[in-house]
Amino acid sequence: MKPVPFEYRRAGSVAEACAWRAEDPEAVLIAGGQTLMPMLAMRLVRPTRVIDIARIPDLDAIRVAADHVLLGATTRQAAAERSRIVAKEVPLLARALPWIGHPPTRRRGTIGGSIANADPAAEIPLVAVALGAEIMIAGAADGTASLPAAAFFLAPMVTALPAGAMVTGLRFPRPARRRFGTGFAEIARRHGDFALAAAAVTLMLDEAGAIDMISVAIGGAAPVPTRLDLAALIGTRPTEDAIAAALAAALAPLEMMADGHASGAYRRRAAARLARAAIAEARSEAAGREGTDDHAAS
Amino acid sequence: MTTLPLEVNGRAWLVEVEDRASLLDCLRDVLGLHGTHAGCEHGVCGTCTILLDGAPVRACLMLAAQADGHAITTIEGVAPRPGEMSLVQDAFCETHGLQCGYCTPGMVLTAEALLAANPAPSRAEIIAAISGNLCRCTGYGQIVEAIQLAAERRRGANIPAVETAP
Ligand code: FES
Ligand code: FES
Repeated sequence: MKPVPFEYRRAGSVAEACAWRAEDPEAVLIAGGQTLMPMLAMRLVRPTRVIDIARIPDLDAIRVAADHVLLGATTRQAAAERSRIVAKEVPLLARALPWIGHPPTRRRGTIGGSIANADPAAEIPLVAVALGAEIMIAGAADGTASLPAAAFFLAPMVTALPAGAMVTGLRFPRPARRRFGTGFAEIARRHGDFALAAAAVTLMLDEAGAIDMISVAIGGAAPVPTRLDLAALIGTRPTEDAIAAALAAALAPLEMMADGHASGAYRRRAAARLARAAIAEARSEAAGREGTDDHAAS
Repeated sequence: MTTLPLEVNGRAWLVEVEDRASLLDCLRDVLGLHGTHAGCEHGVCGTCTILLDGAPVRACLMLAAQADGHAITTIEGVAPRPGEMSLVQDAFCETHGLQCGYCTPGMVLTAEALLAANPAPSRAEIIAAISGNLCRCTGYGQIVEAIQLAAERRRGANIPAVETAP
């Protein structure tokens, strides 16, 4: 297996990467290469130029600001998995990362690569949608600097990234209060295989234990990671049955993918079960936390 | 073509490779290090595993051109001396941790990295570490045994846990 011949260039800055790409419509970006390399080997991608962004200074960084945490696009998945900042501030991502591939692929694979690739079964896009992350971009002709994750994924492997633009990072809102919980559940043939369905949950409870905020997104099931409408659960302390009913109602109108691995009906059922498990996990975690505020102490 | 400085098994090389060459092809075809096996060549099997700065990665999933500035270890680099085997390699022989041997370089390197970082891994940790490496012969049982045996001997030999790259 050999890729088509291409020219390799290593970019020293985001501006340089964007300029080189603008020169050549057949150019592609590489960082970790854990998806691009197989596609090159199988000649599903036939670029004339491969622009390496992995060593652009500053793109490989995890930074905390007052209201968000920024993960640079070339942050390795393994580095995020080990990061104390991610564990504390983006615990849902920390939960999801071990599900991606295997240790050797996480060692090279990047946060931004998974976003730009937009595989419907990928964990990082799912978490981005569940948490309402902003996808930071550069090089858009109209100057767009970011897009909300919910508007970014359009179809399998298709994103709203403007032509000529590149993903530079992922901005996650910091959890606003301590009484929050997260949950993540996934089913795949074997660990590390593509998810047949997955669910990512973040929620907050009020003092009385009622659900104050809930965000549940499903991946691997619909053509893009999709946040479910669960407004019916807000302000309630729902029973298992009420949660199951709300999930069924939210999943009913969604189109599910169907392929040789699983039918649409299977994916809908699995998504509902996984979402229930992830909600239960998030709820018990939230219930175990003190109800006090905030990042002041952190 | 690119001329590229590479550090492989502690030696510095200047290699000339095509831009499109994977690190796997470079190791095998340019440097003649055939111990790094080419299996699927698209990231599925793990037999091309090498250590990049001490951590296992798939050599078919990176370009050779991306590998400069990293310390690369291949299976040829684990034995202490010519004619000898590493503790992990010995353990694989003794427990019948290999049959056809195709997966073995990747398995051994993955085990070397695991034991360097974690001298007393649990069975679950061993299984997680080799989860990305397929073996079509052994059924994995003896491979897990081999790594357990190597861990035990390493501890017995008081080999200190080395600082692997993060
Ligand atoms: S040859 Fe690299 S993973 Fe199979
Ligand atoms: S020994 Fe044959 S593949 Fe593992």
